[in-house]
Amino acid sequence: MLADRVDAALRQPLEELESKHGDTVRTADIAEVVESMMATLKDDVSGADVAICAELESLARYIQQAKIEIAYRRPDQVKEQYLPAAAVQLDAIVEATAEVPHTIMDATETIESVMENSDGENSRKPMDATTRIYEARGFQDITGQRITKVVKTLQEIEERIDALVAAFGSEIEKVKAERPETEAKEEKKDSDEDLIHGPQLAEDAKSQAEVDALLAGFD
Amino acid sequence: MAVDMNMSILVVDDYKTMLRILRNLLRRLNFSNIAEASDGAAALQKLRKSPCGLIISDWNMEPMTGIQLLREVRGDAKLKSIPFIMITAESKSENIIAAKEAGVSNYIVKPFNAETLKSKMVSVIGDF
Repeated sequence: MLADRVDAALRQPLEELESKHGDTVRTADIAEVVESMMATLKDDVSGADVAICAELESLARYIQQAKIEIAYRRPDQVKEQYLPAAAVQLDAIVEATAEVPHTIMDATETIESVMENSDGENSRKPMDATTRIYEARGFQDITGQRITKVVKTLQEIEERIDALVAAFGSEIEKVKAERPETEAKEEKKDSDEDLIHGPQLAEDAKSQAEVDALLAGFD
Repeated sequence: MAVDMNMSILVVDDYKTMLRILRNLLRRLNFSNIAEASDGAAALQKLRKSPCGLIISDWNMEPMTGIQLLREVRGDAKLKSIPFIMITAESKSENIIAAKEAGVSNYIVKPFNAETLKSKMVSVIGDF
């Protein structure tokens, strides 16, 4: 029986219809039952509820799409490749800028100590020049402080990307599975642009002797 | 009153090259009694052992910054009258105001030249 397969609230009117008309039911009677059913529904789900549900569904789709698009940007690569590369370059700058000034200062102080024992114009000019060198070296300290600021900014970016990767982890894994070519670079001939990535870090750089040996290998 | 060219000057900076620069520039200005410290805490320790005639300090140092050193110096009965010049790359108004409120004698913005160093020293300790 139809009445057995429906909600309890509708069972009574349907049973009444069945008992009155059997399997043959008038359209008007069906309409009456449907209206009654709609009135019941209105108590539970209003038009506004339906609109909110639609909005939420649309929002969910938008978020899902955004997650996919962000995952395709591969924030994990930023954290694992680009940020460490930037940090290594900055470390190299700090190291180089820490060593070179001492060499310049040593040389300048040597000149100054020699000139201190000389008299006259020939002494004054080199002494003034050494003063200019000391003044110019002052920029080094500023550079160091600026690099420190950049390093702190990179650390901040790394923390935020960590959070992003954690939030989008499953999507990123899907993208990685779909696009394995981003994991292992395809073997291809370097373009002119690909060849510009200097200056090299000390451990990556070839010495002049190594360059000479490499060139000699073509002979 | 004439400036004692033999007075002790304490230079405080965590950047060794800057210490050398200041030492050499001060020598060019005929000051040769120069002591060095690499941060505020080390400077304070030296000052409490042997006060000096002038302090020239960087701001941005760890663990004790230049402004903390300045406050410590101004809060110490034996040290509070020592002239204190801040040499720093921190040149925002709030830094200068904070330093002034803490009792700085003068303020030099990095990078600086020998002429600026001399003029600020003259304004603090007198002509030499």
